[in-house]
Order: sequence, then structure tokens, then C-alpha cells
Amino acid sequence: MVTSAERPAGAAPSAADQDAGPPSRGRVVAGRFFASWQGRAGFALLALLFALAFAGPALSRWSYTDKDFLAFLSPPSADHWFGTLQTGADVYAVTLRGMRRSLVVGLLAALLSTALAAVVGAFAGYFLGWTDRALTWVTDLLLVLPAFLILAIMSPMFSGGQWPLFVAVLALFLWMVTSKIVRGITVSLKEREFVQAARFMGVSPARIIFRHIIPNMSSLLVVDATLNVSAAILTETSLSYFGFGIQPPDVSLGTLIADGSPTAVYAPWTFWFAAGLLVVIVLAVNLAGDALRDACDPESGRSR
Amino acid sequence: MTPPVLEVAGLTVTFPGAGGPVPVVRGVDYAVAPGEVLGIVGESGSGKSVTALAVMGLLPPRATMTGSVRLHGEELAGAPERRLTAVRGRTISMVFQDPLSALTPVYRVGDQIAEAIRAHRRIGAKEAERRAVELLDLVGIPSPRQRALAFPHEFSGGMRQRVMIAMAVANDPDVIICDEPTTALDVTVQAQVLEVLRTAQRETGAAIVMITHDLGVVAGLADRVLVMYAGRVVEAGRVDDVYHRARMPYTRGLLGSVPRLDGGRARLAPIDGTPPSPGALPPGCPFEPRCPAALPECREAEPPLVAAGGPGQAAACVRAAEPVADPVADPAEAAEAAGADPGTAAGRADGRPERAVVLRVDGLVKHHPLVRGAVLRRRVGTVRAVDGVTFDVREGETLGLVGESGCGKTTTLMQILELAAPQRGTIAVLGRDTARLRAGDRTAIRRDLQVVFQDPLAALDPRMTVHDILAEPLRAHGRPPGPRVRELLGLVGLEAEHAGRYPREFSGGQRQRIGIARALALEPRLVVLDEPVSALDVSIQAGVVNLLAELKERLGLSYLFVAHDLAVVRHIADRVAVMHLGRIAEIGQVDRVYAAPAHPYTQALLSAVPLPDPARERARRRILLEGDLPNPASPPSGCRFRTRCPRFTALGPAERDRCVREEPEVRLLGGDQGAACHYAERVDVM
Ligand code: SF4
Ligand code: SF4
Repeated sequence: MVTSAERPAGAAPSAADQDAGPPSRGRVVAGRFFASWQGRAGFALLALLFALAFAGPALSRWSYTDKDFLAFLSPPSADHWFGTLQTGADVYAVTLRGMRRSLVVGLLAALLSTALAAVVGAFAGYFLGWTDRALTWVTDLLLVLPAFLILAIMSPMFSGGQWPLFVAVLALFLWMVTSKIVRGITVSLKEREFVQAARFMGVSPARIIFRHIIPNMSSLLVVDATLNVSAAILTETSLSYFGFGIQPPDVSLGTLIADGSPTAVYAPWTFWFAAGLLVVIVLAVNLAGDALRDACDPESGRSR
Repeated sequence: MTPPVLEVAGLTVTFPGAGGPVPVVRGVDYAVAPGEVLGIVGESGSGKSVTALAVMGLLPPRATMTGSVRLHGEELAGAPERRLTAVRGRTISMVFQDPLSALTPVYRVGDQIAEAIRAHRRIGAKEAERRAVELLDLVGIPSPRQRALAFPHEFSGGMRQRVMIAMAVANDPDVIICDEPTTALDVTVQAQVLEVLRTAQRETGAAIVMITHDLGVVAGLADRVLVMYAGRVVEAGRVDDVYHRARMPYTRGLLGSVPRLDGGRARLAPIDGTPPSPGALPPGCPFEPRCPAALPECREAEPPLVAAGGPGQAAACVRAAEPVADPVADPAEAAEAAGADPGTAAGRADGRPERAVVLRVDGLVKHHPLVRGAVLRRRVGTVRAVDGVTFDVREGETLGLVGESGCGKTTTLMQILELAAPQRGTIAVLGRDTARLRAGDRTAIRRDLQVVFQDPLAALDPRMTVHDILAEPLRAHGRPPGPRVRELLGLVGLEAEHAGRYPREFSGGQRQRIGIARALALEPRLVVLDEPVSALDVSIQAGVVNLLAELKERLGLSYLFVAHDLAVVRHIADRVAVMHLGRIAEIGQVDRVYAAPAHPYTQALLSAVPLPDPARERARRRILLEGDLPNPASPPSGCRFRTRCPRFTALGPAERDRCVREEPEVRLLGGDQGAACHYAERVDVM
């Protein structure tokens, strides 16, 4: 404080500006994102969920592999905050562990699939010709493959900590329809004058795609990613429900819900904590997604 | 005095807006006498078009209107729709800017006119048809009997506007309201249409209300003029009084900011700032924030329109009573008085300075295939968009490339910007032949060759902040943006604080400045400008033109300036090339070409541009061209201009033969001026 007061008056604003950095798109979008309540709430909720998922287990003396043979299917108590399962596992510990898996799987799969859709669609639409034909062929091929069946068949490969592979395969079956939409938009964006202007300035095609084409459909992509998070989490949940997704000993919200559903009626804690967290995750993602979409769009209301 | 045919009093129009009602027209009064031509001028957003719609009773339902509109003493405001329909098209008719939307595409033109007649008169179908053909003949449509059977899309823009005029005068109306009738047209076509309008007025004796932003059009046509600003009339009076003895600083500013064909290269005087938005008017005089003559009391109350100056003249300004100097004095004299030497240009008339050539285009050809059919696409011809164009631009020089729509100027420009091998001919940018460039060289050349587009809103990525837009060329060529972005904003007269905003938060003029700043980011040597000011209002345009001229001086740039506005080119260019149907008709030093054009097309073009000076405009002799531009897929043999060439018609049969057989090449006429005409002869057309 003292040093800044001692600085010559004239130098202060420019130094302050330097600190703030140039007002590039990233900063402006971030500023607008946090200016909306949905943005703040969504972000806070997500941050809270992550904190809970990663730091939460440390608060309890039970780990998700522990079994308390003195308490089977006991309701929430001071000892077991969320109660225990039929196996004697602590619900608090396994739910957080499951959420950790589901959060990571859901977000990663969604981001991956949306990114894939954007890149494949934009390259196909921008270059057309052979690039387009090859990429469209791959897209169509994946569209006709029975995704659920393939995931089910591949499920043995996901055991033993191979969940990243599961994320990749999940993402691989989520992107095609968006990619086709992206391709169509790219074809029309390419004719726009600002893309031509960039081309005449000597900006490389890849740069044009990543800096002009894709940002100009950010609304679509953000909405798509938001939906994909729910879709990925739910797909994972349903796969896990049938026993094809995350493989034991690993747990996810899906496996927990699957395991808890038979006892949900007379021991609601085995089911409702996992299900409730799933709803909160989807809600938080949607809030953040809405705010991000508005923040990316300079034409939406709050413009300054 | 005869009673007025149309009398408008206290007219206000309000549209609902997000932040409460927005007053678009705030009290307009005028009266038009029979046979009188009243001009209403103003920039976009001044409320001039809305006034016209209100008079016709054509406002959208969400608008609210108060005040009175009397036609022959009969109140139309609030009259039932049935009554309005009976009056519209019979006593009062309208000509719109865009005739295509006013004509029904699926009916034959003749039928539409006949229909308009029969809607108001009890005459037989045969009779109405005959009258329709007569009307088409009146408005100068060749072979009207056949053309009456054609559909609107088979007509060119100019011909369609003639049809609209035919329809407007079909029932001998007493008032014709013309809303920017020639804005979408090329100058030579505009001259034709204005002539038709004059004829139509003579024939019918109707009063005309001419709404336009073009001060030149009003100068030549109107008896009286109203100047509108921020929804009000700020000055009214006889044309000569308003143009030569304007009492309102806005009118003077407007007149001072128009680039003039007969002007030298004196700096234009732009009006600072931008027009206020109708939803947020400043207190007091709405022009106060931009007014160079503002006094403290201007901010207190909005000055009423009070009589001042000549008979019937009135101005809404607290200083209206003060006598003023003539803003439309002969600009050459004004330039001399200001110390500018009009001789400097003449001094280098012979031979151009020996400087490095930055752009050379030699025999450039670009033909598009003309294909028909949706399923079976077959080639039915070739559009010769550019057909052998040769010119060069030297270091520090500005070449204006002018021509009407379809002349191939934009195609030429795109060919240069693509930096690819042309179909035929050569393009050399900074001494490098584009046909022999590798990808790396091309990127290197793009650094020195930059472009500014016509519509800045379309050319700036809407999702990027100004900072990113300006940093983009720098990053693309591997330079750190750093402080350069601030520097660039300062260079074009914007504030560095604006860097965090998006393009749409700026006004049109500011956006174009951002476009210019981006083009200058890499310190290019050649800047290609594609109609950079044609989307802007006059008062804003002047500022951008000045900026371009100033930057060129300061940074030693060369410009290739593509435009259709000859007056703007006169202000900014050193040399001018006039294109016609894919070829250069005339090229040379600006002052020489404008003072005495040699090609008949250039002569017609220059004589068609209206001057914002009533006396000179009325005294001018116009060279009117006949007919439309020939189809570029099958241009006439020999000289492409011969079907419309006034000189050709005056030639003897033996001389004509040469025009028909032999295509003229650009021939030097001494000094830096060349024309592609066998019988080129320099003529003063001002
Ligand atoms: S009233 Fe004042 S501010 Fe308005 S035009 Fe006149 S001098 Fe300028
Ligand atoms: S060559 Fe003949 S037709 Fe062509 S412009 Fe000259 S006089 Fe007219």
C-alpha cells in the first residue's frame, strides 16, 4: 500500500493496466461469466463438489474399502454420517469416492466429445474436398455402430484402473451429431467477411478455425457440452447399473445407485445420497453452462 | 398563395423500446404546395423515413403517432383504414428505396400497373392495359408493349424503379412521396431515374416529397428543403438559402462534410461525434454535443424552429439570427483562400514520380462460368467479369478504382488479394509475381498487403474483443501484440480503454476505424480499401476519409481504393481508373481526368454525379446514358460501350464501323491520362 502511494501519479494507471493484462477475449469472457449469478453459483457449486469429492474422504475415518462388521445397513449416525451399506461399507466414503469418479468421467467425456465434434466438424467444413469426405465417412460409420453394445462388450477392459479408456470410448460415441451441425455452420461461417479478412491477413487455416470459426459457435458448443455432461454421467450410470461401466472395486454414482436401489425403500440412505449428488452435479453444470454461453455471446444483455 | 396539398403539423411517432418509449419523430411540421418539390434530408436515424411512413399511414402497428396530416384539408391521421386505402395510390403515392419488395414477384409488371389503376378507377381491363403501356413508355422503358408482359425480376434495378414511378403516377396523384428512390442505384442510373421523376412530375403536376440523404440529389431537384436531425426539423427554407446561407450549424456541418466532385483535395470538415440515439437525447439542443458553435444556453432548452435568414427560412438554433458565411462557395476558391495551392496537383500532371511499383496488374482476366439448372448443371456461357485489366500503383500513391456495380472492380480486388495465379495476365505485388509464389512467400507478402472491407461489422469477428482483433495480424506473423495495440488505437483516434469491448458496441465510423487499425497493424506498404466509407453517413464518412489521407501521408502508404463514389475518390486518390464491363475505360491523374475526361463513359459518369450546389447543379448539362448495362456474358462486339455511347451516336457510319469491329485499348492522351476510346476527346463536364 505504501509503495503504491509513493509511485508518481502518472505511472499508477498504466502500471495498474499492465497488471490487469490485455483485455483479450479470455479475460472478458471470464469477467462476464463471474458477473452473472448463475456463473457464480454454478462455479461455486462445482468447486464445492470437487472439494468434497477429493478432500471430503479425509474428514471421515472410514475409507471406501473399509467394512464395518459391527454395522450392516445402519442409518446415519455420529459414527457413519451417511449410514452404512449391507456390506458394512460407509456410505459417506463410498458416495464421495463414487462422485469423484462420476465427476471426472462425466466432465472429461463431455469436454472430449464436444472438442472432438468441434474440431472434426470445423475441419471438414473449412477444408471441404477430401478432408470433408474422409471425416464425414468416419462420422457416419460411428453413427451406425451400436454404442451401448460395444461399451458392454468392452467393459472387461475397463477394470483395474482403466477408467480413462472408458472415458475415451464414452466420448467417442457422443460427438457425431454435433459434429455434423458444426460442419454445416462452418461452411456458412467460412464465407463471412471476417474469416476472409483473417485469411487475407495471412492467418493460417488452423488458427482461423480455432480463433474464428469455433468461437463463433461457442453458444452451440457450450450448450452441447452441458448436455453431454449429463449424458455422459447418465450413460455411465446406466452402464454401471447393468454392470458394464466402472468395474469393482472402483465405484461410481452409477454403481452405487444400482446397488442402493433394491434397499432404497427401507434404507433410503443407501440410495438417496448418491442420487441427490447426481442431481446437484447436473444442476451445477447446467448453471455454469448457461452463464458461460451468455458470457461468450457479446450480443447477450449485459454488455459492459 | 395556393393552399397546400399536403400539410403535416406536430407529427410525432413513438416506438416502444426496451427502456421505455423511444421518440423517433418529435414534432415535424411542413406543407407542400401543388407542383412543388420538397426535399427532406437527414442522416440515418434522423426520422425522415418514418415521417414518410406516418404520412402514408403505413406505420407498423406498434408505433404510436400523434399530430395531424391533412391532404387537401382532409385529416388523414386517425382516419379509418378504408379511407386511407382509397387515398393511397390515388391522391398520394409513394416510391420506395427497394422496388423489388414493392412489386409482387409473381405478377406481370403491366398487370400490376393496370391493377393499380383499376383499384381506383372504373375502367375496363383493356383500357387499363393500354394505359399501363403508356405509363411504361412515359418512364422511358424501351419497347413498353413487350416489357409490360415481363415479371419484376426480369428488370434491372433502375428499370424496376421506373416501373415503381409509373405505378406511382398511374392515377395522377397530387403528391408523390419518394423515400430514397435512388440510393440503391448506380449514378448513371440515378441520373436517369431522377430525370424520369422530373418528367413524371411535369406530366402530372404532382407535388413531390423527396426524402434522401444525398445533398446533391436535393440540390438539383427540390424547391424547398427540410433538414432533419434527431427526429426534428432543424432547418427549413428555399434550397438556395439553406445551401448557401444555412443558419443551423448542423446544416453547415453537413454541407461541409460532403466530398465534392468539383472540390480540390482540401480536407473535409467532419462533424465530431455521432448522432444521438433517439432513446437517449441530450438535454437542450440535440446537436449540442457535436456543435462547434455551442453556447452554454444551448444545453438548457431545445431551441424551437424560428424564422431566420431568407424568406420562409427557419432554423432551430439559438444563434439562428447571426449571419453566416456561405459553406458551399466555390470550393476551388475556398481552397485558394485557405492557402492550399490547387496548382500543386497540376505541377506533377506530366509524368508520374519515379517510385517503386508496389502493385502491377497486367492484362488480368477472370471469367466465371455461367451455369443453369439445379440438377443437371450445364454451362450456358461465360461471364467476363474482368477482361484484360492493366494498371499499377506506385509507392505512396493512391489509385482509385471506380465503376458501377458489375464493372468488375470487386473481382479485380479479390484476384489481387487471393495472391493466386490469375486465369490470364499477371499480378505482381511488391515486385513478386503471384503465379510463382510458394506458401511461405505468400504469407510474407500478406504482411505488406492489407485490406479494409466495406462493412466493418461483417469484417470484424463479433466474438473477439477489439484487443484480440488488433492483436491477430501481429500474432499471425509472430510479433508480440504488447503495447502495439494501444498505439494502433491511438493512431486511428480511438481510446486505449476501448480495447476490451466488442465491435458491436461501437458506432459505424468507429468500427471502420478499428478495421483500418487492424490493416495497419503490420505496417503494410499497400492497403487495399474496398468501399471503406460507403456504408457510413456523410458526417462520419468525412472523418474516415480524412483519417485515411492523413495516415497515408504519415506512414507513406500506398492505397488501392475501390469505390463507386466518384466524389470520395476525387478527395483521396492521386490517380483514378474507371472500369466499365471488366475493362478499364479511362485511367490517369485525378485532376486531369476529373477536369476533362476523355472517354464518353467517364464523361457520362461524372456528369451524372449530383453536386450539392443548387445553382451549379441546375445549370449543368447532363449526359444521360440510354438503356442498361449490357449483359456481361455477351458484351457487344468491338467497343463494349458502344450500345450506350453518346459519341458513337454522333459519329458517321464509316467512323462507327471502327467502334463496332475493333476493341479499343487504353491509349495515352499526353500527360498522365489514357482512355480506351478510338475517338477520345477531352471535355469539361462540370
Ligand atoms: S442551438 Fe447551440 S448547440 Fe444547437 S446548433 Fe445552435 S449553436 Fe449549436
Ligand atoms: S470507341 Fe466508339 S463506341 Fe467506344 S467509347 Fe469511343 S466512340 Fe464510343
